[in-house]
Amino acid sequence: MINIYEVNETNNMIEHENLDVRTITLGISLLDCIDSDLSAVNEKIYRKITTAAKDLVSTGKAIEKDFGIPIVNKRISVTPIALIGGAACSCPEDFVTIARTLDRAAEEVGVNFIGGYSALVSKGMTHADELLIRSIPQALAETERVCSSVNVGSTRTGLNMDAVNLMGQVVLQTAEATKEADSLGCAKLVVFCNAPDDNPFMAGAFHGVTETDAVINVGVSGPGVVKVALEKVRGANFEVLCETIKKTAFKITRVGQLVAQEASSRMGIPFGIIDLSLAPTPAVGDSVAEILQEIGLERVGAPGTTAALAMLNDQVKKGGVMASSYVGGLSGAFIPVSEDQGMIDAVNAGALTIEKLEAMTCVCSVGLDMIAIPGDTPASTISGIIADEAAIGMINQKTTAVRVIPVIGKSVGETVEFGGLLGYAPVMPVNSFSCERFVSRGGRIPAPIHSFKN
Amino acid sequence: MKVIITVVGKDTVGIIAKVCTYLANNRVNILDISQTIVQGYFNMMMIADMSDSAKPFEELAGDLEQVGEEIGVKIKCQREEIFTKMHRI
Repeated sequence: MINIYEVNETNNMIEHENLDVRTITLGISLLDCIDSDLSAVNEKIYRKITTAAKDLVSTGKAIEKDFGIPIVNKRISVTPIALIGGAACSCPEDFVTIARTLDRAAEEVGVNFIGGYSALVSKGMTHADELLIRSIPQALAETERVCSSVNVGSTRTGLNMDAVNLMGQVVLQTAEATKEADSLGCAKLVVFCNAPDDNPFMAGAFHGVTETDAVINVGVSGPGVVKVALEKVRGANFEVLCETIKKTAFKITRVGQLVAQEASSRMGIPFGIIDLSLAPTPAVGDSVAEILQEIGLERVGAPGTTAALAMLNDQVKKGGVMASSYVGGLSGAFIPVSEDQGMIDAVNAGALTIEKLEAMTCVCSVGLDMIAIPGDTPASTISGIIADEAAIGMINQKTTAVRVIPVIGKSVGETVEFGGLLGYAPVMPVNSFSCERFVSRGGRIPAPIHSFKN
Repeated sequence: MKVIITVVGKDTVGIIAKVCTYLANNRVNILDISQTIVQGYFNMMMIADMSDSAKPFEELAGDLEQVGEEIGVKIKCQREEIFTKMHRI
């Protein structure tokens, strides 16, 4: 039988160490909403989402009460809209009407974000894909809850450099379209390589075409729990350190598994996956950077950071995999700048640069995330950043992504405030040498060779 | 349905009596009680079975929270699975 010390340990994690379930994300297939008539598509999408997700928020709240564990977000992901709207949309504005419908449906069921305003163009862009991509700036400016993602490459297909080039422009246009709100639109736009079909985390969540009609995916959290556990083994060797991380990750993940199974059985929707990612928040003590400091770095960005992060990420997976029947999504430590107080501090102290962050993304999920850059950064430079990050994903057979925010009207040294879970960020300098001729060549970078790994 | 009731707060006369009286009145069967002092605070855990209670879990949990407020302690009621899942393979 369970004892008082175990009960206290769990409740301490919840009450003092920011243990929570970060998100229950309901994936909904919209493939049956396809129609050649635009208003019919919008009508079907609205009805499908508001029917399938009508109990999502109330179920989440009931589970919170029963187990005494906060479930921070309840969210929805849908089939990439480029596939759904393709037959009905003949211009970017047509796609924007679907974005508004998604926003309305999300508001109706009470979720704060809906992901899937997406296009998968890792090898080539259809006409519909391109229309959707070109509609992103307006769609994100005119909606509140809609999140967008574009997959521009994969290990199997190589990189679609036309899409990379276009996305640099789209990111900048999105920044411009939302400049009144510190270019907030870009915080809802992710450019992926090797995007997973079952990611529950925003802004990159979408319901892949390999998925069933509806599915429950859960993202756990818990950087604070890992940090407190590591404080207790300060100075111990790597064996002890790794064991501690694994055991802690196991415990955190089990809570996610429990919540996912409950949500699945109560809503009658199959359980998909648990995403093991350590997801920080701006809250004090809920930081991946602080874990790395606890491991032994003065600041994140110091030499040793990449090794420490690689070790942390791997141990979290080793502990988490056994705790869940199905693991998927991104499943790696997140290193967003604006959402992690320790990262912000490291940038402000001059310890952490974009180049070091890029190196860190080689060993963990999920890319250059929530990084504010100067608003006058050229589109081609943003494309170059996307290309670099996508290349890391392509070659290393992992998911990588870029979510940078060129903050219009702000330059290096200034701070941008996004609010809530998105946090705030210092504007970071970007290498000012041009890659214009490189990214504008056109065409594709071929798929990499899968042998001779060096 | 098995639940874990935890009581944390400043020690005072009659905490257990109050909680047990409420549980008895609502046909909640206590299976195990353990108690300790953590950092100077009274700390109690009960394992209870709510299967025979006429009230649903949510109401019982809300009532217990209120009982806690009356005597100046924090009472939390959670379903057992969150603990067993986390601490047992």
